Amino acid sequence: MSSTTEDTTPTPDAMVEIRSVHKRFGSLDVLRGIDLSVRAGEVTVVLGPSGSGKSTLLRTINHLEKVDRGWISVDGTLIGYRRDGDKLYELREREVLRQRTRIGFVFQNFNLFPHLTVVENIIEAPVAALGRPKKEALATAERLLARVGLADKAEAYPKQLSGGQQQRVAIARALALEPKLLLFDEPTSALDPELVGEVLDVIKDLALQGTTMIVVTHEIGFAREVADTVVFMDEGRIVEQGAPGDVLDRPRHERTRAFLSKVL
Amino acid sequence: MSLTSDPPIDKATGPHTTVPTATGHDALTVVPVRHPWRWVAVAATAVVLAQFLHGLITNPGWEWDVFAQFFTAGTILKAVWVTLQLTLYGTVLGFALGIVLAFMRLSGSRFLRAVAYAYIWAFRSIPLIVQLLFWFNLAYLYKELRFGIPFGPGFFSFDTMNLVGAMSAAVLGLALHQAAYAAEIVRGGVLAVDDGQSEAAAALGIPRHRQLRRIVLPQAMRSILPNAANEIISLFKGTSIVSVMAIGELFYQVQVVYGRNGRVVPLLMVATVWYILLTSVLSVLQHYVERHYAKGAAR
Repeated sequence: MSSTTEDTTPTPDAMVEIRSVHKRFGSLDVLRGIDLSVRAGEVTVVLGPSGSGKSTLLRTINHLEKVDRGWISVDGTLIGYRRDGDKLYELREREVLRQRTRIGFVFQNFNLFPHLTVVENIIEAPVAALGRPKKEALATAERLLARVGLADKAEAYPKQLSGGQQQRVAIARALALEPKLLLFDEPTSALDPELVGEVLDVIKDLALQGTTMIVVTHEIGFAREVADTVVFMDEGRIVEQGAPGDVLDRPRHERTRAFLSKVL
Repeated sequence: MSLTSDPPIDKATGPHTTVPTATGHDALTVVPVRHPWRWVAVAATAVVLAQFLHGLITNPGWEWDVFAQFFTAGTILKAVWVTLQLTLYGTVLGFALGIVLAFMRLSGSRFLRAVAYAYIWAFRSIPLIVQLLFWFNLAYLYKELRFGIPFGPGFFSFDTMNLVGAMSAAVLGLALHQAAYAAEIVRGGVLAVDDGQSEAAAALGIPRHRQLRRIVLPQAMRSILPNAANEIISLFKGTSIVSVMAIGELFYQVQVVYGRNGRVVPLLMVATVWYILLTSVLSVLQHYVERHYAKGAAR
């Protein structure tokens, strides 16, 4: 499973540490040795062509995908494994589920629960996973809905909302657990062009308030405006990373230049 | 439905294809296409239907007085109750075991998957009537049933002959048969729920059993219900097969009565009307249960 030579002691100020992560699906190497650190309060935007492994990388951070080699830690805690001596033991599902309550995840297709109302969607995890009293969870849900501009939609069902509204509910749902880290997997890719702005505005607002976020997206303008770090991935590797001004305007690698020339 | 689909053709001028100009054509009247053959079909169907109803009322062979006499007779009502009990126990036990089998087939363990698959294969292959007779004759195979440590000493035991009476043999047979079909219906329902749903629930850290009960199963119910209702209704009528074991359910009781008084047709009608009546009640129930699980759905 894991190489024993790699150090599993996280750096002090890193919220997310990814070390030498490998992942393969059958004969396909999706991640071929990823190293990445994300400092608390920073926004990291991951760019790359489809099939470059960026979504898979995001999904390994909350253990929706297991890694084949390497390790990931969030806020100083190993994700999905427990270290004992030079071995990593896979955690039980219940322990993994508890770890996930500290990491919010927003999906490309929203994945709201269609049979529950908006407010039921939001209080489900705080009540069921953290054991919060329902009254307290409802108050938090109300506050979060106001924050994403949907205070009047609490009793609506997801199908009664536009795509942009659904994604904003999904963000409120992720925030309800008060996570240390928010992961966004192409949050605007399933939206009509005119609805992209309202979702990006909510994410920008979160960035301004110092939420640690990793965002996989194709929105170059958003990356330029909000990111502290831009990471460019191709074929399972990080090709280059740095400040948005450097990576987007003065890319050092030919592959990055080729990609940017197509999407800009 | 239309029997004629030709476009209306103006005999004098042929198909009229000129676009009306703005002046003088503001008040054009739309004439719907006529369906003369449809009226012929309606008339013919009405005549056949009238003949059938006339026959039901006037043909003395139906013996409606005998029907009325037996429809609410004590023995028949008792038999209806037995039929309902067989349906209820068969459904509850069958679906309980079916849900277990469905999750065995969806499990990560190859062994559990294989066992569930083998069960479903076996019980779908054996005709219900054959299986019922097997259970009825269980005492031939196992003289006593003993509870204890597997392959070790037993704590207490039952005489199989007393334990598996006709009624419990029937319930057992119906439930085991039903479980094989219920398992596939439940599995189909769970598979119909988008993967993203349990993934989102897992990403939110919702405990596993709660993911199932609160997120996956309520959505699976939407595709389970129509099929499950079919199964329950077919089990309800299928209980008549139990008459081979001389259990006093509706069909058996009706046979007993017409065996005594020779009024075959009116007594078959007694059973028929009870089956229709109770199936209709089940269909109404189905409607309301489906409506409950359609919360938040667009259609």
